[in-house]
Amino acid sequence: MSARTLPLVFVNLGGEMLYILDQRLRAPIASEDTSDKGVWSERDRRRVLNDVTATLFGPSFVDELLKPQQLYSHRTLKTVLTRLAHASIMRLNPASMDRLYELTTMAVKHQVLLCPRPKDLLLVSYNHIDAVRDFVRDSPAVLNQVDQAHRRIIEVPAGSGIYSRADFRSAPSWSLLPQVYSSMSEGELQLLRQTLLVFFQDMHVRVSLFLKSKIQNPGNGRFALPTSGPVPHGTEVPGLIRTFDRRGREVRRSEFPPGGSYSRPAGGGSFGLHGARGTLLGTNTYAANRPEETLASRASAQTGDAPNPLAKEELNLLARLMGSMGAQDGAGAEGAFRISMFSPDDEEQEAGTSKEAEAFEVISIQATQVGCRWSSHLLSITRTKQNALMLKAAFVPQPVPSLFCILHRQRDMLVFCSAQDEHVASELAQIAGQFSGAEEQAENPCGNKGDDLLAMMDDL
Amino acid sequence: MYHKEKSIQIKNSASALYNNLSVLRIAPRRLTYFTVVHANVVNMVSASWDGLNYSHRQLQSKEPNVATSTSLIMQAAFCVLPSRELLVITSQKGIQMYESDGSIMVYWHALDTPETPSAQAVFARGISAVWENYICVGVSSGSILVFDVPSKGSNITLSEVLEEHKESITDIASECSGSQQCIADLVSADDGGNLCVWKSGEEFQLLNKIPGFDMSCSSVKLWKGTVVAGYGTGQIRLYEAVTGILHAEVNAHARWIYSLDIAPFSGLLLSAAEDSLVRVWHLTVSQETNSVEVAHLHNECVTDTQICGARFCDGDGYAFAVTGYDLSEIIRYTQT
Repeated sequence: MSARTLPLVFVNLGGEMLYILDQRLRAPIASEDTSDKGVWSERDRRRVLNDVTATLFGPSFVDELLKPQQLYSHRTLKTVLTRLAHASIMRLNPASMDRLYELTTMAVKHQVLLCPRPKDLLLVSYNHIDAVRDFVRDSPAVLNQVDQAHRRIIEVPAGSGIYSRADFRSAPSWSLLPQVYSSMSEGELQLLRQTLLVFFQDMHVRVSLFLKSKIQNPGNGRFALPTSGPVPHGTEVPGLIRTFDRRGREVRRSEFPPGGSYSRPAGGGSFGLHGARGTLLGTNTYAANRPEETLASRASAQTGDAPNPLAKEELNLLARLMGSMGAQDGAGAEGAFRISMFSPDDEEQEAGTSKEAEAFEVISIQATQVGCRWSSHLLSITRTKQNALMLKAAFVPQPVPSLFCILHRQRDMLVFCSAQDEHVASELAQIAGQFSGAEEQAENPCGNKGDDLLAMMDDL
Repeated sequence: MYHKEKSIQIKNSASALYNNLSVLRIAPRRLTYFTVVHANVVNMVSASWDGLNYSHRQLQSKEPNVATSTSLIMQAAFCVLPSRELLVITSQKGIQMYESDGSIMVYWHALDTPETPSAQAVFARGISAVWENYICVGVSSGSILVFDVPSKGSNITLSEVLEEHKESITDIASECSGSQQCIADLVSADDGGNLCVWKSGEEFQLLNKIPGFDMSCSSVKLWKGTVVAGYGTGQIRLYEAVTGILHAEVNAHARWIYSLDIAPFSGLLLSAAEDSLVRVWHLTVSQETNSVEVAHLHNECVTDTQICGARFCDGDGYAFAVTGYDLSEIIRYTQT
């Protein structure tokens, strides 16, 4: 549906994540390792918030987000958010990351659902950005990055009906077109909102903070939708029927019971870089509350747990997003603070790390040293007489960083990604390699697949 | 006036899409079909009138190849023509047409999708049967595709493309299919609230354009020469189709309207919105005096639910059905 969802998704999910990290890191929580730090210092907390914010609003990451593309699966999003959360000295165990993802997605689902009109989705996003600005106010460099990203997000070309698709293709750079998010029509913003609602569909995780404030029903996990309160801007209070004659003069007025108690709209919000946003949706609701554990009640269908193979486009996006976040400090991970934010269960931690072993074929090639970002290197594959697949660089303008080539036999696709971070590459490989057993049964003989793969590579 | 009946459970919840419920009554077999869209799947339920038998079927959006991501479905609707009934499903990639029981796909039309993703979304939305042998489908670019449907078989062809709208089509509606003669028999609506009124034929004729107010018209109906349009502001407006004269304006809902339906034999109007309310109205259209009256009859509230589909189950409006976002059931109401 809408190809403009990613910037808003990351601003809102990332923002919620920062709210939660900020709250949890204030509380005295014992870290998992045996270091003598029992409490996070103010400096460490600020450092984590700064590092995560700098990564979230980093120019190359924002570049990737602003490209028009579809919204993919929860698994992809979770992988990227995990990487974001680990952009600093803090490490979360898998169970904590799961809880964090649930909390942030339920919070954003609530905000998207309750937006009085689709345009208010932008106000919610700006609330998040405003709060993040406040977190990093003492770091001018990071603050500047947030401002830059905010400006670019406001000025994202909308691609509304005025320009034809031919105009888009011939324009030298889409960033020169003057359309902005703020001038997207209500209909286009509603399409964006509907795309987000499909993404969040069937998620009913009970969040204790929401249950306590009666935002969510404990029985079915649905969010409470009040039938009272101010109507959105541009809407009239329901209850009136007006009839006109052929000359446009009103001839009759009658009223009907609206079935709720509505009032006129409240003051509007600012869509600019600064200003009061006019809504509480998207503001930091954790700041006033003590840390609460989520009750993870997974009554309904799971999102992203079924091992459906990811589409090639999705894997490519994942690789690009991970690459654009920059290398993780491998050494830092050793001395990093491992914390379990939501559940002290060690068994959960163990369960999270044990995945199936080799469901995929990984060929690693060491070329030269790690250095450049790669994005457009072409490699060809030839099949040797021994039926082995040999990779050979065909066009290498710069030193090729060590890379992992993921050969996904059943899906006939090849993904190349930078392996500046081995952990990332292996995670990508795991995701690419997951497939259901049934698919394997219906397989063609391996030989055919290999030939198809060769043919595909020749076309590159 | 109405009371709630036993709901029909469906396999997946309904997605937040305009007009997300379609109903087909099959009197000879004492069955009613319902379709509800969930992401890239259409859930079909066949319910017997005695309430004892329910059978389910799922139809997927057609993927050109497995390497691309799934194509989300925008709408599914039954099209009733004098000679046959088809189920039309529109998605990001194209238009699928099935026999009305969903058993066989008889036609596939692929949309022009650019190789690299463009900022403008591409999809098909807005479905209606028109006159004796046409099915019209709207596209995100504003075009309306007119398909010529033979009385049987799969030799469906694209007969015409109507280029009048500049914004994405939201809904299309018709009246007088087959039997009577009408001056105007088709109306199309778009994301800017603009309405186009047409006369079908070998070449469709544009009779009138009613400008919008920069507010999306999400659902539209045509009855006795009157256009009934529901908007994102929650308002319903009634226009005389050929002249564009505004007959009536109703501040109907507190949130975006998602679905309208009319029971043609009784003049009952059903409206449903994100504000959790379904309302039943009565329309009186007097073609001699050219006047229209709207009277409010009934409200139903579906607690904590943003409604996305509402349809009468019969031509008199004796019963209606409702779907809501994230709800895995079709809620039914019958007149007391």
